[in-house]
Amino acid sequence: MTPRPRDVAVVAFAQSDHRRATPGLSETELLLPVLREVLDRAGLAPGEADFTCSGSSDYLAGRPFSFTLTLDGVGAWPPIAESHVEMDGAWALYEAWVKILTGEADTALVYAHGKSSAGDVRDVLTRQLDPCYLAPLWPDSVSLAALQAQALIDAGETDEDDLAAIAARNRAAATHNPHAQLRGAVPHGDYVVRPLRTGDCPPVSDGAAAVVLAAGERARRMCRRPAWIRGIDHRIEPHDPGRRDLTDSPSTRLAAERAGAFDAPVDTAELHAPFTAQEVILRKALRLTGDVRVNPSGGALAAHPLMAAGLVRIGEAAARIHRGESHRALAHATSGPCLQQNLVAVLEAELEGEPE
Amino acid sequence: MPEQLTAPLVVSFPFTRSLGPVQSAFLTGLRERVVLGVRAHDGRVLVPPAEYDPTTAEEIHELVEVGTTGTVTTWAWNPAPRPNQPLATPFAWVLVRLDGADTALLHALDAPGPEAVRTGARVRVRWAEQRTGAITDIACFEPHDGPETGHATPHHGTFTDPVTSLTAPARLDYTYTPGRAQTRHLGNLARHLLTGERCPSCRKVHVPPRGACPTCGVAATEQVVVGPRGTVTTFCVVNIKARNLAIDVPYVYAHIALDGADLALHGRIAGIPYDQVRMGLRVEPVWRDGDRHPDHYRPTGEPDADYDTYKRLL
Ligand SMILES: [Zn+2]
Repeated sequence: MTPRPRDVAVVAFAQSDHRRATPGLSETELLLPVLREVLDRAGLAPGEADFTCSGSSDYLAGRPFSFTLTLDGVGAWPPIAESHVEMDGAWALYEAWVKILTGEADTALVYAHGKSSAGDVRDVLTRQLDPCYLAPLWPDSVSLAALQAQALIDAGETDEDDLAAIAARNRAAATHNPHAQLRGAVPHGDYVVRPLRTGDCPPVSDGAAAVVLAAGERARRMCRRPAWIRGIDHRIEPHDPGRRDLTDSPSTRLAAERAGAFDAPVDTAELHAPFTAQEVILRKALRLTGDVRVNPSGGALAAHPLMAAGLVRIGEAAARIHRGESHRALAHATSGPCLQQNLVAVLEAELEGEPE
Repeated sequence: MPEQLTAPLVVSFPFTRSLGPVQSAFLTGLRERVVLGVRAHDGRVLVPPAEYDPTTAEEIHELVEVGTTGTVTTWAWNPAPRPNQPLATPFAWVLVRLDGADTALLHALDAPGPEAVRTGARVRVRWAEQRTGAITDIACFEPHDGPETGHATPHHGTFTDPVTSLTAPARLDYTYTPGRAQTRHLGNLARHLLTGERCPSCRKVHVPPRGACPTCGVAATEQVVVGPRGTVTTFCVVNIKARNLAIDVPYVYAHIALDGADLALHGRIAGIPYDQVRMGLRVEPVWRDGDRHPDHYRPTGEPDADYDTYKRLL
């Protein structure tokens, strides 16, 4: 008989205000208040979490091993158990979740940050592409997303008016989110790369986020209404966009299946869709129907701190459960061009068979 | 609030990558104006070709030649090309399924405007005049008036003088901003003032300040003037001359515990023969005219510090 896996929950979430630039702040200074807030919420002192895991990218800062400096903010002496992923913090959370499931830790601090303002993010992101066939052409992130959007329009699954409506709905939702960067009505603007207009694209954001995870009784002591992780899975597709069906996201669908997303309906979904057309694809892959609240935070179209935006989705979904505004929520994070890699997490207010 | 310091930061890295046999044949083929694909186990022809089967992960090497004409599978009009992109004038990004291929290749399409582009449009390769064995040997695609003709034909994939590696130069430009604590520190240094920050928790004074106590993980905001004199806690003798550095070797680079600081910073020691520098040597900073930071540290002439006064800083 397989032993019952441990129950692990998101017990606290904090994020910075996400802004176009934070020239007065180092990455550590950007993170410090966020770490302080999330640890206070969980009742942990710096350095007290059993495991610490972060997500960030040296390419955003332009400096090798830039993440080591942010360790100044976590109280890393005496030495702590620590790890880092050169990815969105959602993948750091996955590592921390697995660490707790193994029983090697009961609590974990997960954080992520990105200062996109240091470079030109459209150029920087070309460096993640295939070095032989793609990177020498410098296809920027908006151009690749535009190829995907056109494929979706050609397939008859959306049109430019639909896309504009997606942008407007996300940013209208963001009026209730003080951390968001683009809130309320934002002009849909000119084509950046046709068919995508400025309104279809995410803002360029500096920002940070942090989450505390805890197991079982620890979680219940730290949080009145823990957001229990029912499952997380992540899947990746080929890096060559010409080998993929850009109008679909089989990796999201598979991750959702494996995370248990289709076992019961969700009431809330936080989707990491930096470009409007990607929300259409994700809604289809995740079978989200009209009664699911999608991106009540405003999503990535309202604030897009690279490397933190996926972790923010998990944090926002969990915070809704903490506040009693959601019973079962789905959070999604993406990485790579055109939704290449996708992570799905399912969070619930109480455990199976437990009365609310 | 002091002036916000910024500095340009250029990251330039010419990665050299070795190519697998399939990539090598494909890129060498481009140099010879031949487009090669590879047949996967399910019979599909992949262009650009992969070294491994996308489904089974097995090595694949059955090369085929495909057409230099093809069909646009999706496109995006780029009105403002960015540096390094294939064309300097507005163009369409396209995914092109070359005649005989089952997957699509990303490149640029030279077209007069977005109204001249559509999915399903026929295009052909425009070869670069100088070809080196790179994806940029295809200068771009251009509109083509002709039906789908080609089909994949077997190809030996051998060429004289094959391309076996790829040098991919990349340059990214950043603006570095040091943040609040370092900006204050650097501003003070320019005024010949050495400052640190005291941790509100452990009370240690960190120099140079980074905004947080690395031990306690809390924000450190209390400014403390330290030094200017200090003690050499440990040192090394540098015997290899650094490029672009007008300092003669050998010279001494040392950890210096400034008076009042709980962390040693590093600096160059001068004004004393390199082989007479020692632990415990008392030093002070020297600013040259117009310098924003100390050029080096020199002996003060005081008696050496007692080992017990600095051993916790080693
Ligand atoms: Zn301290």
